[in-house]
Amino acid sequence: MKKFNSLIKIFIVILILVWTLFPFYWMLITSVKPKADIYDQKLNPLLLYGFTNEHYRYLFEETNFLIWYKNSLIVATSSTIITLIVSYFAGYSLSRLKFRGSSLLGLLIFIAYLIPPTLLFIPLAKVVSILNLGNNIAALILTYPTFLVPFCTWMLMSYFSTIPYELEECAFIDGASRLRVLFNIVFPVCKPAIITVTLFSFTLSWGEMIYALVMVPSTMNKTLPVGIRSELIRGDVFFHGPLMAAALLSVIPVILIFSFFTDLYISGLTKGAVKY
Amino acid sequence: MKLFRNEEERTAYFYLLPAIIVVFGFIGYPFVYSIYLSFTNAGIGKSGSFIGILNYLNLLKSSTFRQVLFNSLVFTIIAISIKMFFGMIFALIMQHLRRAGKLVKTLIMLPWVVPTSLSAIAWWWMYNPNYSIFNWIINKLGTDYRVHWLSLPKTAMLSVIIVNSWIGIPFFAISILSGLISIDIELYEAADSEGAKGYQKFIYITLPLIKPVLAVVLLFSTLMTISEFNIIYIITNGGPLFGTTLLSLYAYQQGISNGVISRGAAISIFIFPLLFIVSYFQLRMVRKGISKR
Repeated sequence: MKKFNSLIKIFIVILILVWTLFPFYWMLITSVKPKADIYDQKLNPLLLYGFTNEHYRYLFEETNFLIWYKNSLIVATSSTIITLIVSYFAGYSLSRLKFRGSSLLGLLIFIAYLIPPTLLFIPLAKVVSILNLGNNIAALILTYPTFLVPFCTWMLMSYFSTIPYELEECAFIDGASRLRVLFNIVFPVCKPAIITVTLFSFTLSWGEMIYALVMVPSTMNKTLPVGIRSELIRGDVFFHGPLMAAALLSVIPVILIFSFFTDLYISGLTKGAVKY
Repeated sequence: MKLFRNEEERTAYFYLLPAIIVVFGFIGYPFVYSIYLSFTNAGIGKSGSFIGILNYLNLLKSSTFRQVLFNSLVFTIIAISIKMFFGMIFALIMQHLRRAGKLVKTLIMLPWVVPTSLSAIAWWWMYNPNYSIFNWIINKLGTDYRVHWLSLPKTAMLSVIIVNSWIGIPFFAISILSGLISIDIELYEAADSEGAKGYQKFIYITLPLIKPVLAVVLLFSTLMTISEFNIIYIITNGGPLFGTTLLSLYAYQQGISNGVISRGAAISIFIFPLLFIVSYFQLRMVRKGISKR
């Protein structure tokens, strides 16, 4: 009976994994399958009968994929760095320093965190055009922190409050300045939180779509999701090979960094979501 | 009068300044501006004049908009229920995994970690009218039945709900799991000694103890689900016949594609009443959580 139960468990786990991973398998297999095979309905679509790199070649040589990739890297990295700096100081200040208005500011940042990014794209597009940044990836670098900073500040805030204050106090008594303490004492201790926040910011900026769609219309300035959606999906031409190759290549960096830091990421996020 | 009481207060505001600029300049101001826009008839390149609540009245009168509201509700309620149900099941299974538990956990999280805007592209291809892998599997199982995944309003709605659930279940699962792990094992042992059955333990011990986690996840996920854009934009673009158009996509179509910024702003505003209700409950719970500690 016990053996039977554990067999059922294994079966369910396999079922769950198939459901979870199938879209990735489908991306991979489509991206290396010869064009004729993809559209041959007599073949089993789950299997590979030949192998080709034509889709990847097409992607690199005939499309602007690499340019979008570069744009996405620039945008995601820059907004992550900005977010880190802004939230690190804000989180520290809110959790450690005593000042009038601190609970009000904390509350405002929390409310800001609850506003979904898809609600503000119209007014933000206006703000961007006022700043004369239309069609410039700087517009994205400037606006992405709006949906990153509130979460990251909260996350770091709750982490700072778990660090014993004595640690900093000793350094202050030794005559260190606050900035010095922030970099030499506090920073190393809250590495796990910093990593979580970095992963979170990078992933969200990497996949952001609506701001990029609205604010950066020209081909050369597009980010990956927008470029793939608007320029690789065309009418009824058969392009599924390159399309899946593009999706797969864009997904890989995210999967890589995630698999390195799974534990930190999960514990950080569940703490951030539940503990506040 | 001095602006700052002491050195500490000055430092605090100095450190907070960038965050304050982000929150007020890029969230608060756009938010207020968006309300203002919704009371005008502004378009792209045209500043417009004040027209009161005319945008809202016109929207409520339009049958398309009423359908969009209805779609958003249907999408949110069904998707959340599915995510909750399967998230619970996934969590209960993951809790009892010992061998390869970490690897399974990592793999299960992938749909949630990978950006929606990229994974939705794979789903779009899986729903292809001629080459849908799902239809191929259905046919292999021995029927001639073809599901018109994206070409009928109802199945299209189902299709995008499936994708949203695929993405959201891991988030529910992992959060519920964190709640499950924190439950004291002695409670179950005590129940065992009283002869409690498995489902009784679930209803009387597990559920009440993970309620706080469940509530927070539920509320947070509601916010994200009702404002979904990427999945819809990529897979159906709102079609067929507005069958899958949700509020944020409709705001995009009206405000950006058609250039009627004011109407787009008004459409976005419709999500806010719901947002306020949800955030109110979430805030109340957060407060409670803090005072207990």
